[in-house]
Amino acid sequence: MANSIKVRAKVKGGVATVKCLISHPMETGLRKDKKTGEKIPAHFIQEVNCEHNGKNVLNSQWNGSISRNPFLSFSFKGAKAGDALKVSWVDNKGESDSIEEALK
Amino acid sequence: MNQNRRFLLKGTLAASAAGVAISAGLLTPKTVMAAWSKAAFEAADVNSALTAAMGSADHSESGDVKLKAPDIAENGAVVPITVSSSIAGVESIGILVSSNAQPLTATFNLGPNTEADVSTRIKMGKTADVIAVVKANGKLYSAKKQVKVTIGGCGG
Repeated sequence: MANSIKVRAKVKGGVATVKCLISHPMETGLRKDKKTGEKIPAHFIQEVNCEHNGKNVLNSQWNGSISRNPFLSFSFKGAKAGDALKVSWVDNKGESDSIEEALK
Repeated sequence: MNQNRRFLLKGTLAASAAGVAISAGLLTPKTVMAAWSKAAFEAADVNSALTAAMGSADHSESGDVKLKAPDIAENGAVVPITVSSSIAGVESIGILVSSNAQPLTATFNLGPNTEADVSTRIKMGKTADVIAVVKANGKLYSAKKQVKVTIGGCGG
């Protein structure tokens, strides 16, 4: 699951605005397969963590009711261009991915 | 194989591992608290989900919590939601959908420098109230908005 995260992070006046897109099926586990009538097993991201220069800025926990290919946007203060930003996620099957970007 | 038993075993192992980590001082209690809350996310109604996620279901509607959501969502699978707040010292933000089988959709724990302004996209089964809950200084503030859904996003 490499490169499942796309990050755009911009700094303006010390405030960084981060936008992330993650490619993930986000299957709730409640949906049924139309052909077989069986439930499709749950497969969704449970945790997304964002770090700025190694310090946690956002820890978010998700349910299966977040849309497929989730989008997340947030902002934090005290940022400057070139700072390191790390975004990582873990899903209910234990799969995970992370990306490190420099703020622009 | 008995799946429940597997799960229970794993859960117990994980819990005891976390306990060891705390006593060894490896993890601060805050990081442990951040583990995915099964009770909160699998709760079937808004109040029990809130109690499990934020410690209380007692929330008051406040004009300082802004919930941006469409009036009509043509596609329930992708409903853009923005929650922001002008209250100082916001610790966490929760998004709930009243009619979904599992109302609690997401929680966001903010760092000290993080602004109380998050956006994401959620799924909604049918027309329902979207509730944004903001925790600041130990109290819960909320905002509510009805979103009409023309095509549901959960199955179909």
